[in-house]
Amino acid sequence: MKRRNFVQATLALGAVGSFTGCASTSGAIPSKARVVVVGGGYGGATAAKYVRLLSDYAIDVVLIEPNAAFISCPISNLVIGGTKSMSDITSSYDKLGAKHGVKVVKDRVVAIDTAKKTVTLASGPSIGYDKLVLSPGIDMMWDTVEGAQAANTSGQILQAWKAGPETLALRRQLEDMPDGGVYAITIPEAPYRCPPGPYERASQVANYFKQAKPKSKVLILDANQDVTSKGPLFKKYWAENYAGILEYRPQHKATGVDAKTRTVRFDVQNDVKADVLNVLPDMSAGAIAVKSGLANANARWCNVNYQTFESTAAKDVHVIGDSIQVAPLMPKSGHMANAHGKVVAAAVVAQLSGFAIDPQPVLTNTCYSFVSDKLVVHVASVHQYVLAEKTYKTVAGSGGVSAAPNEREGVYALNWAQNIWADTLM
Amino acid sequence: MRHMKKLGWVALASITSLGAHAQDASTKLQTRTLVASCASCHGTDGRPVEGSSVPALAGIPKATLTAQMKAFKEGTRPATIMHQLSKGYTDDQIDRIATYFAAVKR
Repeated sequence: MKRRNFVQATLALGAVGSFTGCASTSGAIPSKARVVVVGGGYGGATAAKYVRLLSDYAIDVVLIEPNAAFISCPISNLVIGGTKSMSDITSSYDKLGAKHGVKVVKDRVVAIDTAKKTVTLASGPSIGYDKLVLSPGIDMMWDTVEGAQAANTSGQILQAWKAGPETLALRRQLEDMPDGGVYAITIPEAPYRCPPGPYERASQVANYFKQAKPKSKVLILDANQDVTSKGPLFKKYWAENYAGILEYRPQHKATGVDAKTRTVRFDVQNDVKADVLNVLPDMSAGAIAVKSGLANANARWCNVNYQTFESTAAKDVHVIGDSIQVAPLMPKSGHMANAHGKVVAAAVVAQLSGFAIDPQPVLTNTCYSFVSDKLVVHVASVHQYVLAEKTYKTVAGSGGVSAAPNEREGVYALNWAQNIWADTLM
Repeated sequence: MRHMKKLGWVALASITSLGAHAQDASTKLQTRTLVASCASCHGTDGRPVEGSSVPALAGIPKATLTAQMKAFKEGTRPATIMHQLSKGYTDDQIDRIATYFAAVKR
């Protein structure tokens, strides 16, 4: 199948460059690849797979990712709520290599030279590229909450916003908390990764307390004026099901923590003490993007040309996913990063092949949130690129939210996860 | 046999004008990218994982898929989410999507 595709593609594209695809899935780190992708999350893994697919396996791709396996942020709140396990949200990178010929390198990029067009790995070697796709996700701006970095390093105050060891550690803190305790989550001002995520997490913890620790409380301490996503749906469900357990407090911008007493301070409001304190500081583009001078929007997010996702700061460097300065109404979500991955893959394939760039790329977003262990609400949107305005716009009359939490979408949400994991990685 | 035929076609295509071919390839790439927006939920090339309750789109006849999308848009087919997403696509985009999936093997 791949062989035939290769023959066709070679003829069709006039044998663009060298082909090192399927042969390079194991062995030494190559010194050069036509496309190097940094970051194997929803954005980067999708971009790597789709450059291979859309070039009919003619363009070689190296994907650099420090984690041994893909751990999904979507569904990770169910691990914290106790109804899913880490293995449910963990997938292998193996099929990107075995099925699609992506060379997956387990390493971290520590430097990008946009003039020489190379990336340097933590282990030492450099890899050259014709096109770089950067999908580094977010990093925490710990200095926005005094004392939080040290408290996080010591494991006392967790973010668990990058799914992984902290996800499980937060679950353990909740399990160890005696009944009658308080779980508090602080939410930064938007934009941050996954707008409805904190409210889903609070719902999952409330659901757990309701069943296992009914004297305990969930406190949402939100820097924003109101719930930033699916607000009416969350608030109605909380009022009807978690009254006396969950309390929502807007306009609470966390400025500092005391790890010893598990106290959080705010810019205006009174201090709050909790038994389990889950602090989400402000977030920025992944550190490598900031360090490489690509975060040219308030030194925090990366401006891109939305038609190709090429950085406005460096040629042949494309930035996707949560790291970018978003277009209006574009959420920082896994689904959106997957959508970016396809549009950037097509743009890169077109540019390397001398084809016209798609004048009208389309991005969709579907985001499910669990309000209990079974009931789900969604938000959906379609974003069409408007060439004349050089940005994406949601289509008038399209998109929307669920009418009410329902079990059917609970099934769809888990199916969505299975399908997007496969679309991203397999 | 089928294999041979396809290679023959490609060989023939490669001797026609490069400009026309590049345009063709470019249009094809754009359609594949458009269709990929369905893949996040419905699986790459419209093939969801086994046991998924999200329907497969691969191999659905063009007229069927076009009619379903129209029904979602007009609200005559009830849905949890497709009535909202379908309204984001133009009729021309739906036509290109339906043409593509009809040609994909189930």
